[in-house]
Amino acid sequence: MSDFVMYEEEFRRVDEELRRLYQLANAKLVFLVDKNGQLIASAGDTQNIDTTALASLTAGNIAATGGIAKLLGQKEFSILFHEGDRDNIHISIVANKVILGVLFDQRSSLGIVRLRVKKSTAALTRIFHEMDRKALGENRGRAELSPFAEITDEDIDQLFK
Amino acid sequence: MSFINYSSREINCKIVYYGPGLCGKTTNLQFIYKKTSPKQKGKLISLATETERTLFFDFLPLALGDIKGFKVRFHLYTVPGQVFYAASRKLILKGVDGVVFVADSQIERTDANIESLEDLKINLADQGYELDRLPYTIQYNKRDLPNIVPVAELDRLLNPTGVPWFECVATQGMGVFETLKNIGKQVLMELKKHY
Repeated sequence: MSDFVMYEEEFRRVDEELRRLYQLANAKLVFLVDKNGQLIASAGDTQNIDTTALASLTAGNIAATGGIAKLLGQKEFSILFHEGDRDNIHISIVANKVILGVLFDQRSSLGIVRLRVKKSTAALTRIFHEMDRKALGENRGRAELSPFAEITDEDIDQLFK
Repeated sequence: MSFINYSSREINCKIVYYGPGLCGKTTNLQFIYKKTSPKQKGKLISLATETERTLFFDFLPLALGDIKGFKVRFHLYTVPGQVFYAASRKLILKGVDGVVFVADSQIERTDANIESLEDLKINLADQGYELDRLPYTIQYNKRDLPNIVPVAELDRLLNPTGVPWFECVATQGMGVFETLKNIGKQVLMELKKHY
């Protein structure tokens, strides 16, 4: 199974798209997580929210509903929506690969969020497909940039001091 | 599957603590949480039942430091150990970079250990992994209890391939960081092989 590597250029494009979605959907926070629960990028009010925990729980949520879907003979449930007293969260799967979360309150609405998420999903899907193509084409040819090439036992020991 | 972000210069790796019910997986994470500086850790999330049995998973993000300018983050997860949570266990193994198998050293838990290890192999296979090809460490926990199986016997039963193992008393922290350090090292060395 290959690792998920993201380079500067793609990150910038993803980041841009998330900012656009954040503004157009009038959201509080927009975030992108890989299916294993690792936060890729976010836009909006990240000050008051533990985004690492949010990422892990969101992926857990998708995984759990994915389990239910399978049990029922569905491929997946590609959209989840949780409604709260104050805040709501809209979660969807993008490009079969990553999870897009949008946190919003009464300043926005489910309709607007759904519409904007749909548009952003198309844009993000394009970026991720390009990324996949690039990864295949380069065949991991960027070894010279790798931070691991010269990693030593001492480097690792240092981490655990 | 680790996530390497060249833009924010971060490496994220996922380590899963596996083992039979009540073997001490959550206790491992709680001890690590207690003993790491606030700067290095995120919140310890426990999705547990009212009786503090793990329902879905525990999650602890650890940022230990930098390697070659990249911030290294380990995301530690536990699975629910109880047999009937099989479906949830499988989900948590998704994208795993390294596995710690926590064995309960008590004589009466011998069968539970063997069963859980088999369950681990099956669930990994379902995700397209093979235990023998993953960074993998075994922890023999509860070494302070009176009715325990000798380590040599545990090793014979649970560790035919001779992976690194540690004796542990997770409630007191003995062996907890040694285990973490070993699996962390294996995971990073595996990354080195690929890049």
